[in-house]
Amino acid sequence: MSSRRNFLKGALAGGAAVATAAVSQPVCARDNLPQPEGALGLLFDATLCVGCKACVAACKEVNGNPVEFSTPEQLWDTPLDTTAKTFNVIKMFRNGTMQTKDDPDNGYAFMKTSCLHCNDPSCVSACPVSAMTKDPVTGIVGYNADACIGCRYCVAACPFGIPKYDYSSATGKIGKCELCRHRLPEGKYAACAEVCPTGATLYGKVADLKVEAARRLALKPGSKTVFQRGQLGGKDQSYENVVGHYVQHLYGEKEVGGTQVIKLSAVPFEKVGHKPLPERSASSKSETLQHTLYGGLVMPLAVLGAMTYFAKRNVKPDDDEL
Amino acid sequence: MSAHQHAAPAPVGGKLLTPVTLSAATLIVVALAIILIRFVFGLGAVTNLNDGYPWGLWVVGDVVIGSAFACGGFSVAMLVYIFNRGEYHPLVRPALLASLFGYTLAGVGVIFDLGRWWNFWHILTPGYASANSVMFEVALCISLYIVVMWIEFSPTFMEKWGMDAKRKKLNKVMFFFIALGTVLPMMHQSSLGSLLVVMGTQVHPLWQSMALPLIYLLSAITIGYAVILFESCMAAAGFRRQMETHILTPLSKVMLGMLAVFLAVRVGDLVVRGALPRAFEGTLQAFMFWLEMICFILPLILLGGEKSRRNPARLFVGAVLLMLGGVLLRINSYLVGYETGDGWHYFPSVPEMLVTFGMFAIEVFGYIVITRRFPVLAAEPAVEKAAH
Repeated sequence: MSSRRNFLKGALAGGAAVATAAVSQPVCARDNLPQPEGALGLLFDATLCVGCKACVAACKEVNGNPVEFSTPEQLWDTPLDTTAKTFNVIKMFRNGTMQTKDDPDNGYAFMKTSCLHCNDPSCVSACPVSAMTKDPVTGIVGYNADACIGCRYCVAACPFGIPKYDYSSATGKIGKCELCRHRLPEGKYAACAEVCPTGATLYGKVADLKVEAARRLALKPGSKTVFQRGQLGGKDQSYENVVGHYVQHLYGEKEVGGTQVIKLSAVPFEKVGHKPLPERSASSKSETLQHTLYGGLVMPLAVLGAMTYFAKRNVKPDDDEL
Repeated sequence: MSAHQHAAPAPVGGKLLTPVTLSAATLIVVALAIILIRFVFGLGAVTNLNDGYPWGLWVVGDVVIGSAFACGGFSVAMLVYIFNRGEYHPLVRPALLASLFGYTLAGVGVIFDLGRWWNFWHILTPGYASANSVMFEVALCISLYIVVMWIEFSPTFMEKWGMDAKRKKLNKVMFFFIALGTVLPMMHQSSLGSLLVVMGTQVHPLWQSMALPLIYLLSAITIGYAVILFESCMAAAGFRRQMETHILTPLSKVMLGMLAVFLAVRVGDLVVRGALPRAFEGTLQAFMFWLEMICFILPLILLGGEKSRRNPARLFVGAVLLMLGGVLLRINSYLVGYETGDGWHYFPSVPEMLVTFGMFAIEVFGYIVITRRFPVLAAEPAVEKAAH
């Protein structure tokens, strides 16, 4: 009978430990991380983009990335998507006869694809070796190849499919936009914004960019207004242009807890490759789960204590066999 | 240990060179050649991995599934030492041996999937390691568990090599390693499910859940028992030994109990999250979900009666179905239910599959060699040592 009693005791202890682990309130629940105060970012306005791809070329140049071909002629750089060696592309979306720019029906539009520098990035939360980091001041999500083990958890985790790995190399690295953080010490800013002829990609502090986005959203479509180019608050390169027929949605304001690259468009975002995303970041869920289970190692040590107690009772030291 | 008298473990004996070991050796050599190509030319040279599916067969098959298959040692150790069910003691060593191989290979397998493998030590190095990452927890616990299992298994070698004094010393503290050997796999088997949480909406609602750690843990324990049944059947057939039905029949009942708990949690979670309607859509995901569920439910029917649990064929089929269910749960949540955007596809390449076959071949090869030469399986009553 003693064996049965022990069995039940063990079952209770083990079951209780596992059950606590499963249902206990998330004591370490964490919300979405807030955006750093000095966060730097981009405002991309699809209605201003003319699809010249100067930003794609400039990005390649300042990051030392090679050209990538997608056509048989191999005459010039024609990447179709971001890769480990292409951190920024302009994608074209087409509908029907493609007559009017920025018209959801029978129109076309351009959309920038590059890292959005999330406030609470999944790639940083996923990275087991701190190779993906979020700068506490600028909020730039950077990558350190010297720390990286190449597990590609960041690639799998990113909801925007941004970090990419180079499978063609024996020493492949992850590649992604780092908002030209290597140019900041030289007093320069993101190359894509610097070369943009229409100000479709505008660089600046996210707080300022949000104010600018709100101003544009409030304007009357079709009226004229002044647009900044390059860096918001930098050298004056402003010019006059027509206000687009914006959808009233600042993409990146709330998606996955907010991003530092924010976007305006006249075509609904679902149609230009931006699926709706929840406001709660996946990293906050994952870390809540992990820290509830392992916070202070309380739960593992409690279970270990219980297991040691039962093992000590049930394994005799002179027990020759194991 | 409660009063159960068992035959002591003894080497099975017999030839090491058999058609089975030779085939296994061939598969191992092929796998090694492919791994060499991978290290010289990169992952793209031998795998179909891409940025839409950065994790493929090697992660999901060799590590996630491989380590779940290696849960026999943990499941049976829990039963014997924590729940004090001494009658299952003869299963401990063989189960531990299989687990040892499964985990050691999963650990090694990770290395050649890592794109920047020479930095692998960062994951356990303060300054680099990040406790926010689920993968850090997985890596830490699997590494520790591999060491703990070698310690748990070492008396087998000590017996063979006559290191009695050392063995006695180790036995005095063995209870602690046994306890660690139950906690560590609980931690990382659940975390193998938690790994998916940060992937957010990219994982189909039929699999994405905050209950993933519990679902993965319960299924791993259940699979652990299924694997023991499977291995006992295979060892009995392969070595022409008697089936240990007197142990396997009650063990299968424990397995069914765990399976029932697992199913209750799995279905309960789907209902609570309101994800169940997604199972009735005309999608590949819904189809694969039902395939997975059928594999989990069939063993309940197949082994429901006491009489059917005494039938070796039914035990074997039930175990295989359960293992298949575990495989599908993992493939579905990591690959079939994973969608990062339009236009990405993944199916493992032939070289990728050959490497995975090679990994399993190492386990088979090692299991045969060690059980034939070292005291692992319980000694047979001398009556019918079949001719080899």
